[in-house]
Amino acid sequence: MRRLALAAVALAAGVALAQERAIAPGELKSGSAFLGSDLRALQNDDFANPGMLWVERGEKLWREPAGKENLACAGCHKDTSMRGVAASYPKIDKASGKLLNLEGRINLCRTERIGAEPLRYESEDLLALTAYLARQSLGAPIAASIAGAARAHFEAGRASYHLRRGQMNLSCAHCHDAQWGKRLLSETISQGHPNAYPAYRMEWQTMGSLERRLRACLSGIRAEMLPYGSQEYLDLELYLAWRAQGLPIETPGVRR
Amino acid sequence: MLFACSQVCAQGEPVRFEAVGDAIPRALTAEPGDAARGRSIVVNRDAGACTLCHAVPGEKTSGNIAPTLAGVGARLSPAQLRLRVADSTRVNPESPMPAYYRTEGLNQVAAAFRGKPLLSAQQVEDVVAWLASLKEPQ
Ligand code: HEC
Ligand code: HEC
Repeated sequence: MRRLALAAVALAAGVALAQERAIAPGELKSGSAFLGSDLRALQNDDFANPGMLWVERGEKLWREPAGKENLACAGCHKDTSMRGVAASYPKIDKASGKLLNLEGRINLCRTERIGAEPLRYESEDLLALTAYLARQSLGAPIAASIAGAARAHFEAGRASYHLRRGQMNLSCAHCHDAQWGKRLLSETISQGHPNAYPAYRMEWQTMGSLERRLRACLSGIRAEMLPYGSQEYLDLELYLAWRAQGLPIETPGVRR
Repeated sequence: MLFACSQVCAQGEPVRFEAVGDAIPRALTAEPGDAARGRSIVVNRDAGACTLCHAVPGEKTSGNIAPTLAGVGARLSPAQLRLRVADSTRVNPESPMPAYYRTEGLNQVAAAFRGKPLLSAQQVEDVVAWLASLKEPQ
């Protein structure tokens, strides 16, 4: 009897959790599913994908000693140990208790471990290292944790995702939960997942971080843009990772 | 009866509008709307950009988020059209359609656009005049 009741509770909890998600796990689709076949083919061809240039540069930087300590990332990390790591970000840093995205983690290692300057967002070097690390998780399902200290960031991210903003008064959910698969003028709206970033975008003619993509959405609705690395962006990134839970990493993506 | 007021319009003078039910019966400006100007505002990406979401008669490229504007002048009166353009969230709070003549209650508006509605009062009237002329269902 008691076991039955527990099962019922567990079932109810499962239902409640499923209802929290606007897009059910079985319906999750990567942004690449909404591309034309030409761009999808470009992304899937390692030799033609322009983002692979950043991955290669990242691999070089990974092995290059730098900073006051004259240490390479590879000096501390065994080469094979980075598989799946990117898929767990954003993540709480145990030492500081702060939420870090992959860029933040890279810069924390630079400043605290090797005595180097942090790299600027959208600098070739930060994009390269981020892309290289994310590439180590190619195919790994996104699995960011929202437990413990991450929970408050998750809640803040969820609120930010649903906030109507900008002169056009739209929330992320208006486009990416309610209208995905439909066309905004001639562009098909995807589910707004982070699994391909950093990605090469044709409109930029270069590689860009997830935050650069978010700023493009914000600028489109004539909303304020915050500085790169702002807490609101980090929280939003955690919420996006939770929405995309289970989707495989496909960095470097190619996008319009 | 609802009463709303927009503090500023693109020309700088405050224009108040009064919503009655799902409509704004009184025009926002003394000058009647100009349908030809209205059409160009509807399709211009830097003005109304309505084609982002709506199919618009005579335009090949458009989004498919919203119902077609073809025949909208037969479905809705000019007063009803005026409220839907000025502030569609007054008709449907969940509407994704931007409130084209509202400046209050918005969050994180980019500095360049703060305090400015998407369209001026005259532009709203021009758009309403063109929409009202769309009687054919395609
Ligand atoms: C007016 C519609 C609209 C709004 C509002 C909007 N976006 Fe987007 N977003 C787009 C379009 C269009 C694209 C490019 C096509 C695509 O991948 O969806 C895009 C792309 C993205 C992508 C990249 C997906 C990929 O696979 O490359 C992410 C992530 C994203 N948006 C997140 C957000 C977040 C977070 C917000 C709110 C801060 C937001 N968007 C607000 C329309 C919108
Ligand atoms: C971001 C999307 C979006 C944009 C941009 C947009 N609309 Fe809409 N509009 C909608 C949606 C969705 C509806 C359906 C009702 C609702 O949800 O409010 C709608 C409804 C309407 C209606 C009522 C139609 C009916 O049959 O009841 C009119 C009139 C209208 N829009 C005119 C315009 C005009 C004129 C513009 C540009 C100045 C415009 N819209 C821009 C999304 C949009």
